[in-house]
Amino acid sequence: MSRVLVGVKRVIDYAVKIRVKPDKSGVVTDGVKHSMNPFDEIAVEEAVRMKEKKLASEVIAVSCGPAQSQETLRTALAMGADRAIHVEVAGAEYDTMQPIHVAKILAKLSKDEKADIVIVGKQAIDDDSNQTAQMTAALLDWPQGTFASKVEKTDAGLTVTREIDGGLETIKTKVPVVISADLRLNEPRYATLPNIMKAKKKPLKKLTAKDLGVDLAARIKVISVEDPPVRQAGSIVPDVDTLVTKLKEGGHV
Amino acid sequence: MRFSFAIQTLSSDIPSKSIKKSEMKIYGVYYSQLIFLNYVLEKYKVIRKQFGNIQPSDIDYFKTILSEDRVLTDENDVLPFNIDWIKNCRGQSKLVLKPKSTEEVSRIMRYCNEKRLAVCPQGGNTGLVGGSVPVFDEIVLSFMLMNKIISLDELSGALVCETGCVLENLDSYVRERNLIMPLDLGAKGSCHIGGNVSTNAGGLRLLRYGNLHGSVLGVEAVKADGTVIDCLKTLKKDNTGYHLKHLFIGSEGTLGVVTKVAIHCPALPKAVSLGFFGVENFEIVLRLYASAKSSLGEILSAFEMADNDSISSTVQNLKLPNPISDYPFYVLVETSGSDETHDAEKLTRFLDKEMESGLIIDGTVTSEPAKMQTIWNLRESIAGAGLIDGYVFKYDVSIPLANYYSLVPLLRQKLGSKAIKVYGYGHVGDGNIHINVTVPKYDQEVCSMLEPYIFEEVAKLNGSISAEHGVGFRKPHYIHYSKDVTAIHLMKQLKQLMDPNHILNPYKVLPELT
Repeated sequence: MSRVLVGVKRVIDYAVKIRVKPDKSGVVTDGVKHSMNPFDEIAVEEAVRMKEKKLASEVIAVSCGPAQSQETLRTALAMGADRAIHVEVAGAEYDTMQPIHVAKILAKLSKDEKADIVIVGKQAIDDDSNQTAQMTAALLDWPQGTFASKVEKTDAGLTVTREIDGGLETIKTKVPVVISADLRLNEPRYATLPNIMKAKKKPLKKLTAKDLGVDLAARIKVISVEDPPVRQAGSIVPDVDTLVTKLKEGGHV
Repeated sequence: MRFSFAIQTLSSDIPSKSIKKSEMKIYGVYYSQLIFLNYVLEKYKVIRKQFGNIQPSDIDYFKTILSEDRVLTDENDVLPFNIDWIKNCRGQSKLVLKPKSTEEVSRIMRYCNEKRLAVCPQGGNTGLVGGSVPVFDEIVLSFMLMNKIISLDELSGALVCETGCVLENLDSYVRERNLIMPLDLGAKGSCHIGGNVSTNAGGLRLLRYGNLHGSVLGVEAVKADGTVIDCLKTLKKDNTGYHLKHLFIGSEGTLGVVTKVAIHCPALPKAVSLGFFGVENFEIVLRLYASAKSSLGEILSAFEMADNDSISSTVQNLKLPNPISDYPFYVLVETSGSDETHDAEKLTRFLDKEMESGLIIDGTVTSEPAKMQTIWNLRESIAGAGLIDGYVFKYDVSIPLANYYSLVPLLRQKLGSKAIKVYGYGHVGDGNIHINVTVPKYDQEVCSMLEPYIFEEVAKLNGSISAEHGVGFRKPHYIHYSKDVTAIHLMKQLKQLMDPNHILNPYKVLPELT
């Protein structure tokens, strides 16, 4: 049976309206509601289902980020993960942390914890990088099944259905493997009350990147973060002729 | 002054011109009942009163007050203003006016009063009792262009705005300034604040912030004769004489037309959590309510219930996820406060206690906005979900808590296989239950089994036949189940005083004026 490592990132909740800081250095995060990255929720759900189907022996949730990331880990534990590892990254280091850093941390932890399957969301909804799964697989030299919409156990490995531009691609991989979860892989459960209570007592280990020998030195510098352009106000024209005239004036036709 | 009634238009004269299917789509369902109007017109012999008929000269006059594009006469343009959103009532108005200012409303009303032209004020047209659509050819006065925010005092929370502001827009506006609108309801994306005030809308935050008679600080309204009544104060306290603003709150546009509103916005709660629980029976719902009130105290902001049929039909019909498994009753508890840690502690203690006691069998709790939205959405969607089954008889009643749910099993028994489903859900905290009866299509027999039976039962239980939806066109004949003869008489006197020609929203609220 496999041991599954799941990466979960704490991001601004997708129902919250994002505001850019006045100095354009980033977005406002203070006092803003955060939740687990929705694609990571799907990853946790898949790992928990593997355990329920007796395909996995243990599910370990990992999050890299500030102290509040522990709330995200508690959510993963309430959904059914067995234990959690919090790699604390805060302040300026967190601001410039990138998928390469997270991939190094996940790769190291996979070895330390003797994981056979790593599942992460295909991307985080804040930076939209879509790189962590691929880089982790490369660092570990494991096969990868990205954008998974279905994962099944077959023989010695897994059959992964991937969502690609042209439709669906089915691949077979050996284990160990890195998988990234796409939207249609499953519908994540709500943590039930008894499980929320139990999650408070599940083990949560705290580490630093240094403990894992990962250098978090910045590889990028954020020059500017800006709002998307505001849609121009529309106007109502009395008839089609006026519309055509206006479109011609504006050089649209 | 007395009116003589001439039989001018009977129900058979109502144009049966079919409406395009695309216009009939709600929640992905087509349905073309529109039967209620015919039925009421026939049963209660509602006939057009002797109002003036609109002449071309009237339209010309209105065009001198409003620009031409704000005087709608084309049948297709007018149609959406004639039909209510649940597609139950359809009027025959030929004219829609879209004023932009109180001055314009005043001039329109003065003219209509002189010419005895009947007027139907309309906000977002999201009413559930046919109050917002014309019955015959009343002129529709639409406030969609009176949508300016006038001022906001961020310290006191007093918001002053025009009548046609959409509730959700106001909520977003004040939220950016750390305030919140004192009311919230399923129709927030369409309903107007003026309509909310005119109908004394209840909704989801009533338990916490009280009803609009408390939150509305002031109102500017136009009387039937065009007089502008300025009660637009932003004071919390003002005991100078009669509290006239209350005449316009909940009178459904029959005493005057609300043009501006001053409303108190409370501080935006910093920490909100939502729990959704499964419980064994209704008795436990009540015990849980008592416990939530004492354990959660000032942070309790909503306590709602839904029976199994409410949730299961919503899940099935609208393909929405149910966050927990199947239970006889569901309870939704919301807390809002200013300190996350403090609130979480309280909530956890409450949950620990009631899971231990066995009142809560299962459930989920979250403070993530997206998840809370999903759960609220399930609750708010119950109202529309029944439409998929065919036709829904909807009742919105207040019943003292001990008997809050007792009508639902009674109706199930009475209707037997004649109904697809009978279910109840609502605001336990306000003693307000919504009872829905779904049938494959509108059925006269079922209707006469339900009405007035349900109103008689509610009266026996000392309840109200309309808790928050109002009286509108659908319930004037039943108002006596909740109001004393002397009270109805005084209402008629007030109507006579404020609108002597009875041109404002006729055929609504009051039983036949004689």
